[in-house]
Order: sequence, then structure tokens, then C-alpha cells
Amino acid sequence: MALSWLLLILLALAVIGYFTGRSRALASAGGDARDLHSLPSYYGYNVALTALVPALGVLIVWLLVQPMIVNSTVSGLIPDQAIPEGSERGLIMSEVRRVANGLNGAIAAGALTEAQAQNANADIDELTTVLKGAGQVLTQDVTQPILIAAQKYRSMTGAGSVAMQVVVLALALLGAAFAYIRTHKEFRARNVVEQGVLALLLLAASIAILTTVGIVLSMLFETMNFFQLHSWKDFFFGSTWAPNFRGGSELSILPLLWGTLYISLIALLVAVPIGLFAAIYLSEYASGATRSLAKPLLEILAGIPTIVYGLFALLTVGPALVSMFGSGGALGLGWMASSNAVLTAGLVMGIMLIPFVSSLSDDIINAVPQSMRDGSLGLGATKSETVRQVVLPAALPGIVGAILLAASRAIGETMIVVMAAGAIAKFSGNPFEAMTTITTRIVSQLTGDTDFASPETLVAFALGLTLFVITLGLNIFALYIVRKYREQYE
Amino acid sequence: MNDMTRLERTVDSKEIKIAANNVQVYYGDTHAIKDVDVEIEDKTVTAFIGPSGCGKSTFLRCLNRMNDTIDICRVQGDILLDGEDIYDKRVDPVQLRAKVGMVFQKPNPFPKSIYDNVAYGPRIHGLAKNKAELDEIVEKSLRRGAIWDEVKDRLDAPGTGLSGGQQQRLCIARAVATEPEVLLMDEPCSALDPIATAQVEELIDELRSRYSVVIVTHSMQQAARVSQKTAFFHLGNLVEFGETGQIFTNPEDPRTESYITGRIG
Amino acid sequence: MTDISQTPATAPAAKPKNGSLFEKDARTKRRNAAEGRFKMYGIAAIGIGLLMLIVLVTNIVTAGLGAFQQSFIELNVELREDKLDKKGNRNIEDIKKVSTFGYAPLIASALENEVAELGIQTDLSPKDMGKILSKAAQAELRNYVISNPNEIGKTVSFRFLVNSRVDGYMKGRVTRESIANDKSITTEQLDFVDQLRDAGVLYKAFNPAFIFGADASDQRPEAAGIGVSMLGSLFMMFVVLVLALPIGVAASIYLEEFAPQNRLTDIIEVNISNLAAVPSIVFGILGLAVFINYMHLPTSAPLVGGLVLTLMTLPTIIISTRASLKAVPPSIRDAALGVGASKMQAVFHHVLPLAAPGILTGTIIGLAQALGETAPLLLIGMVGFIASNPPDGIVAGFLSPNSAMPAQIYEWSKRADPAFYERAWGGIIILLIFLVTMNTIAVLLRRRFERRW
Repeated sequence: MALSWLLLILLALAVIGYFTGRSRALASAGGDARDLHSLPSYYGYNVALTALVPALGVLIVWLLVQPMIVNSTVSGLIPDQAIPEGSERGLIMSEVRRVANGLNGAIAAGALTEAQAQNANADIDELTTVLKGAGQVLTQDVTQPILIAAQKYRSMTGAGSVAMQVVVLALALLGAAFAYIRTHKEFRARNVVEQGVLALLLLAASIAILTTVGIVLSMLFETMNFFQLHSWKDFFFGSTWAPNFRGGSELSILPLLWGTLYISLIALLVAVPIGLFAAIYLSEYASGATRSLAKPLLEILAGIPTIVYGLFALLTVGPALVSMFGSGGALGLGWMASSNAVLTAGLVMGIMLIPFVSSLSDDIINAVPQSMRDGSLGLGATKSETVRQVVLPAALPGIVGAILLAASRAIGETMIVVMAAGAIAKFSGNPFEAMTTITTRIVSQLTGDTDFASPETLVAFALGLTLFVITLGLNIFALYIVRKYREQYE
Repeated sequence: MNDMTRLERTVDSKEIKIAANNVQVYYGDTHAIKDVDVEIEDKTVTAFIGPSGCGKSTFLRCLNRMNDTIDICRVQGDILLDGEDIYDKRVDPVQLRAKVGMVFQKPNPFPKSIYDNVAYGPRIHGLAKNKAELDEIVEKSLRRGAIWDEVKDRLDAPGTGLSGGQQQRLCIARAVATEPEVLLMDEPCSALDPIATAQVEELIDELRSRYSVVIVTHSMQQAARVSQKTAFFHLGNLVEFGETGQIFTNPEDPRTESYITGRIG
Repeated sequence: MTDISQTPATAPAAKPKNGSLFEKDARTKRRNAAEGRFKMYGIAAIGIGLLMLIVLVTNIVTAGLGAFQQSFIELNVELREDKLDKKGNRNIEDIKKVSTFGYAPLIASALENEVAELGIQTDLSPKDMGKILSKAAQAELRNYVISNPNEIGKTVSFRFLVNSRVDGYMKGRVTRESIANDKSITTEQLDFVDQLRDAGVLYKAFNPAFIFGADASDQRPEAAGIGVSMLGSLFMMFVVLVLALPIGVAASIYLEEFAPQNRLTDIIEVNISNLAAVPSIVFGILGLAVFINYMHLPTSAPLVGGLVLTLMTLPTIIISTRASLKAVPPSIRDAALGVGASKMQAVFHHVLPLAAPGILTGTIIGLAQALGETAPLLLIGMVGFIASNPPDGIVAGFLSPNSAMPAQIYEWSKRADPAFYERAWGGIIILLIFLVTMNTIAVLLRRRFERRW
């Protein structure tokens, strides 16, 4: 029975529960809804929710936990010597899953009987031919341990899903029955339903926490795996990034961090002055009409997807810079060899961040009380003196917060650097050279064809975790500063 | 109200510092000030009184062109400072405001040290040649603001850390530091407690010896206590202008009388 | 700003003490100059920002509009029975046995006839002549024959795509100078193209296949379209809408209306504001680790993409929903509570409907953001996949591998043939049309239902 059927049955149960609960409540009050404690529909909702919610909850938990149990059991069945040289347990496990799926597919296609599929002593060559003949995809030759593991995997998964269906349906029926029996005109259905709904609302709100926990855990586990295969000292304090798929890679984050920070710095050098001056002009000088025109226009820049900026950097800005600074370029300098460069990525990222800086700074400058400006203007200061010597110092903490938020954006930005920064990890101060960043390497390490359990792939999780920690730290700090700043003037 | 006796000291025949003729102010379509004529004398405290919304603050802000900062505000008519029209095209409001300083309703020290607050005006106007001169100006101004003794040991402390009354006196000192000829005060005591109010009022009386002071207040008692001339505004009109004693004891206009006796307001 | 009547002052006035107001001293002049400069910096900053916007938009439009046009050649192809259906019984299985190579001679002879008919003189061999056509032409012909077997034996007029180099030549991207080192086209072929163009057989026309068609392999940029990945994006957006809207609204209602002031609430709030600023690539890592490696959901599936984008969009939706709930004045709640409604009833019957336009606006903006997001899709395998066939059916739409619009654009930008760049820009135009439409709807909704309490 497919999952969709199970869900449909649960839904049907809930609908039936609603109507029976409602009519039982009405019947208990002799058909007069005024004698009920709650509105009739609440009795219906009560039955429906009691049937549905626990069953769905168990279903979700079961779906999450079962693969874990099955995997660890089956993985234990594979002896160490069955793992070929240079391979990994994880790879064998995916082969096991593939064989198991193949067996299922072959049975569905009628090429195998259930008994043949469960035969642990089956002739492997014959089985492989049958499976391939049934159109199933196998990457390696099936071996005896893999077959046994696959059969175990099948039987456990099969038994598990049958058990799950039984448990879930039983829970739903029990829940419906329990709520149905409790339905009586004295029963406080509304309060119970509202408690239930409140719990659901709380659950929805907790998804934010679950996401964070998911992010941290998923990266933490793989990062720990990585540090078992690769020295953490080299990762944090080494000086070279040179992944080598034959092993012996040097995987240090420092050159990547340098590239990331350098590009972010250029981006901020572009975005902060332009964004800040734009914000100052919009909030202190511009007339209402100019403001209502220029502000949304600038904010369009923030709504443009990063892929567009990436393409702009790759195909327009990069070649334009080369035609200026490259050899044979307009300036005849020969400084720039390829359009992939720190400068290209930094400039375009800077353009992307202009509206980010300007609208944050605009909010912050507007929060400076008008009385400050009046005080300064009343002393005979010009507007620019007022802005530079009174408004900006007063807004400084908030602006610093805004710049930090922009920096965190720049550090975590992916598409622009993937498309325009280059792939060479090095420490260099030359903005015309290609350099690479943390996000670029995450993408390339995880989209390559390498073995998933190798340090060259796992390093991406360590990079991701580091990136997460850096940006999270910057964000928390920046939000704290901005909040403190706002409280000061509220 | 026994302060009335003090008003008798008023010296006659003062120079006219500011003369306003036929002043009209519009906020967008609203006619906020209608046809106001007033003459403000040098070395005198002039009080503007009236119910809230009567235009007294608006008119005050016309005197140093602070209304320029509001886009929709238009001013018509003449306002002459020492015989020069301050709304003339040639006049730079920046230079004007150096001569006509302003103190606001709510104390608004800058988020800087006490010293820097006072030094702000002299610095932007270039009044001091060197640090020593600047120190001197700051001390002199703080003394004139009657706050020197309280802050002389902590000039580096932030101005925002002072009490409300101290902050307002700091703002007065700040305004005095640019050596203005006229001081405009927009309800300078409305955010202060009675003790701080008394201190500021005393200070205003001292300032009279050097400056022409114009004070807007909603408190008639305050006007009576500190001013020599009083102007009563009502619904954008200048209803009555004259010697403070005269206005409070023997008003000519029935509206003034109603206000003073508390029937409108 | 001011009207000044220059009537002479009537009041006796003292002479100005410290210089006349009418004369600006040197310092004031200097300060005014500084003021002017400062203001200019501001104008310049805005100018640079707007200039960048203009450059970007012009660049997109000029580089991308070409993708909507394609060069076609019109040929009358005789669908010869002896080649396509030797048995003559119109059995569809037999017809399908003829591979695309079997169609090549038909096209070649059609081209030869055309050349002869038009009286074009060329030294090119028929094989070289045929090279100006797209490699997709044979497949196109075969598909036509398979779906219309009754046309065999007749002569049918076709409009075939030409090769991307020829297309580039027609659009001015490829010139006689630029093909010096290009093995796939010669100047003779370009001369031939000129002749065909002058004869009106080879021309540029609007190409709907770019908008609705599927991606094509490296060799056939002229045949690549964005339609299938558009479907992928559509399925993803459906997942995001169905999951993020209810969860986001429920979470916001809890936080705004019911949450007690305690540590858990604080943690949730801090979490949400931080999640909003987590780099999108991190969500991609989460999706890879949890949905693909742990839960074994299919790689490259729009369902997985949708789940990842849901998690990414949730904070945006929660933040905007809370703002619109907050904007409903407490008096509405008090009124409902006052007539004996429970708190839950007050929220669901009164507050939520009033906040609905704001919630909708926030949701649309969140969706637009998700639609343009690329980085997380890279990690769950939606790039590098050639979306050559539309999904068959709704379930396959969610589960079978597909691409998404931004991922498709990225994929094109990585390919070697510059003809794909034009398609990448064209794809961006389509993507931006979607985004602009969504944002316009959001703005209109806000204007239409904006309420001032």
C-alpha cells in the first residue's frame, strides 16, 4: 500500500469522524444545538483531530526513524572483508539499496517470484541477468554479502512499512473511537479542540528551531566524519587548498577564507559608500517625489536574483574589465589575464549590495530624532555639517550593524562567485587575479563525481559549518547592535 | 503673580532688533499665520503666549528660517533683522541662524561629550583660532548657561547623561556659544520639572542683559515671570502685543482676557 | 519658497553689528561649497545605483531578446515511401524503426531541389549544404512522420531550425572574421546562407520553442528551450506554496497571538530572524544531507527543491505575516472577545481575515524570492541535468528529475558554445517577467487592500 493511499484513508477517517462526532453530539442534546456546551462543529473537529493528529505524528516519526534502524542493522550484516579496496561502507549500502529496489522492480515486472527473491542461496549470476533483463539498474556486480544484505533490507523495509500501516491505522481508529465515545452534550469540545489547535500552532512555530537543529546536525555529523579522515589542524591552520582525488589532499580553509574576505571587502568598498550616500540623500535632501521614485527603483536591484548578477559578471563585467586592464586592453596594462577575477566578482556583488546597504541605512538614519537635526540647524550648521557631525555619529551603531549584515550577505553569496571569481585558491593581494571562495568550493566539492565518503567531498560540510558559524555570528552581533540602537531612540 | 512688580523695571526706548510686517505662513493649504506685525526689542525678553496650535511656535521658527526645513511651508511678508530682510535671496540661512540662535522644547543635546556639544557651534562657524580660545569659549558659554559649576569636572562625559534641566541649560549654553544676537526659545521648560524650570527661568532673566530673547510658552505664569513684552496669538492671529504688565492686568482685547482668565485655551 | 515684497522697512532699525546678512563671508562661502559637494555625492550615489540598474536591464534586454528569435529555413520535403515505409502498410512500429539517420537523405535532397529551383550557384557539396541545418531537423521530421503516418508519400513544407552558427551569422554574433578558426562552418557556407537569405527561404522568426520547449544537448543550442525547467520551477513553487503558507501562517499566529513571554518563545524568535539571514547555500547542504542522503528522496526532483526552498522562504513569510497581524488593531480582538468569542475564535474569525491581504503579499514576495534562488538547487542536483522531456503526469512532475529556470540558466552559462549565452540571457528575461509580474501583483494587492486604522 502506497503512502498516498494511507494518507487518503486517514483523511477519509477524519471526514467521517467529523460528521459522526457532530451528529452524535446533536443527538445527545436531543437535536437542540443550544443545549450543547460548544458549537456542534467543534465536536466534529474534536473527533477528526483526535483521529488524525496522533496518527500523522506517528507516521512522520516512523518514516524518519525506520531508515535509520534498517540501515544500521543491514550495514552490520556486511562483513568488513566484503568491502572492496578503496570503497566505503556507504557506497556498498547504496548498492544494497539498489539491489533491493531492483528485486522489488523485478517482482513487480513479473520477472521474479517472491520466493526467488528471498532465496539467500540464489545463483548470483543468474539473478543479475534476471534483474538487468527486467530493466533494473545495477552499477556493480552483485556479490553474495550484498545480496544477503539486500534481502534483509527488503524484508525489514517491507515488514516495517506493514507494521507502520497497521500502527497508524489502529491509532487513527482508536483516536476516533475515543473521541466519539467522549462526545456528549456536557463535553467541552471547544476547549479541547482549541488546545489541540494551539499545540499545532506551536509545532509550526518550532519548525524554525527544527530547521536550525537540522542545519547544525547535518553538517556537524559529516564534519566529524571529515575530521576523522583529515586532520583538523590542516583544515584550520594549513596554508594550501589542493584537493587530490587520489588521496593526500591538502584541504585548508585559510586560502578560501582569504578569497572570500577579499571579494567581500571589494563588494563593501563599492556598496557602502554608494549605499550610504544614497541613503543620506534620500532621507535628508530628496523631495518626496524623488524619494518615492528613486527608492523603489534602487530596491529593484535587491530583488534581482543572484543568477542574473552572476551572468552579468561572467559575460559582461568580466570581459569589460579584461578589455580595460587586460593585455592589449584599452589601458595597455596587461594586468588581467581572465575575466574571472576578484575584482569582477567584488564589483558585481557590490552593485547587488547597494540597495541592501541603502535601505537599511535609510531606516536607521530616519530613526535619528528630528530634534537632533533641529538642534544643529538652529545653531547655524549646514545640512551636510548636520549630517556628518550629528546625524551620522548618532546613527553610527546602526550603520555598523547594517554594514555587518551586508558583510554577512557578501560572505555567504554563492552564484556570483561561482560564476565569476575563479577556482584557484591562493593568498594574493592582486584583485585582477582569479581566487576562490568558501561557497564556490562547497558547490564544486559537492557537485563533482567524487565518492561521497571521501575527505574531498566531506570537506564541503566542514566548510559549510564554518560559513554558517561565521555568518550566524555576524548576524547575531549585527542584529544585537541594531536592536540596541533602536531602543535608544524609542 | 507677585512677580508683576518686577516688570516695572522695564527700561524704555530699546532698539528694535526684529521687525515683522504682514507675515503670512502657509502649511500647504493651511493658512497658519495671518498678517502678523510685531517688533522685538533688543535686550528684552518677549513672550509669545496663546493656546496650543495658535501659531506661536510657527512664527518663532520663521524668525531664524527654521521653517525652511519643512517642504510645504511658505512664508510671505517682511521679517527684518537689524533692518535687513532675512528672507532676501542674498541671505544665507546658515549665517542668519548663527545670529539668531534657538533652544528647543525638548532638550536635544547631541550624542557627544558636554565639551563637544558646546564647541560644536564655534567649530562650524570658525570662532576660535586655537584650542585655548575654544576652551575659553566653552567655559564662558557654560558659565552663561549657568551650568559650569555642575559640569566643569566632567566635560568629557556625554551630554545625554545629564538630567533634564541640566540638558536644557547645556542646550542654552550651546546656543550662546555661537555669540548670537537673538535667542529664540520654543517652550524651553515644558519638559522640565518645577525646580529645573525655576533655574532656567532665572537664566533667561540673566541672558536679557546681552541678548534679545524671544520665548514661546504655554504657561502664562512663566510669561509673566520672565518677560517684559508679551504677544498673544490666537488661531494664527496676533491678537495683542504690549507690555507684559499691561497684557496681564489690563488686556484690551476680549479674547486676551478670556485666555488669561482661563475661559479659552 | 518665499514671496518677499521688497517694501522698505518702516521700523527704525539699528545698523547690523557683525556684518550684514546680505554679504556672505568667506567662511560661509566655503561651507556652502562643501554643502554643494556633499549633496553632489548623494546625487552621484543615487545616479550610480540607477545607472547600474539601467545598464543591467539594457544588457539583459539586448543580449537576451535574440533568444526569442531563431533562424529557420523553409523546405519542401518529399516524404518518400521507399525510405520511410518500405512495406507500405503504414504500420507505426515499422515506421519507428527508421532512425533519424534515415531521414537525412530526405532533407538533403529537399535542400538540393530548393537550390536548383532558386537557381543558386554554389560549389558546396550537398553534404556541406546540409550542414547549415540544425542537427535537430532530422528528429523533427521523424517526429512529424511518426505522428502523421498518412502523410508519407506526399511532399510537405517544413520550417527547420538552422545550425547555431548560421543563426549567429543572421543575428550578427558570428562574422566572417570570427569563424577563422571555427571548424564547424566555412565562409563558403556563409555565402550560401547569404544567397538563401536573399531568396527569402532562410529568415529569422519568433521561436515559441524557446519558451515552451525542452533543453537540448551541447551540440544543438538552437533547439534548446526553457519550457521544461519552467515546469520544474512551477512544481517547486507549488510545493513551497502548499507547505510554507500554512506553516508560516500558523507559526506567526502562535508567535503573535498566543506565545507566552518565555525562553522558548525568545529562542524561536531569534531563530527565525537568524534563519532569514543564513546563506542560501547552507539550505542546499541541509537539503542534500537530510532529504537526499538520509531520507533517500530522489535527486534532482522538484519535490526536494521545493522542500529546501520552503525552509528558506518560511522566515520571510513568517516575518511579513507577523507584521500584518500586528497591524490589526487590538480593538478588533477586544470587540470579538467582548461578545464572548474565545481567543482562538477571535483570531481565526476576525484577525486573520483582516490580515489576509498582507499575508498574501508577503507570500507572493517570498515565492518570487524562491523562484530566483539558484545556489541550493546546485547541491541537490538540479543543475547539470538536461531537462529534455516534460514530466509525464503530476506525480512524475514532483518526483522525476527536472531542472528549474535559474538552474537551467546557470547550466547554459557553463556550456562552451556562446550560442547558449544568448539563451541564458533570454531565460533571464523570462525569469524576470515572472518576478516582475509577481511583485506587481503584490504591490497592487497592498495598494488595493491597504487599510489605515
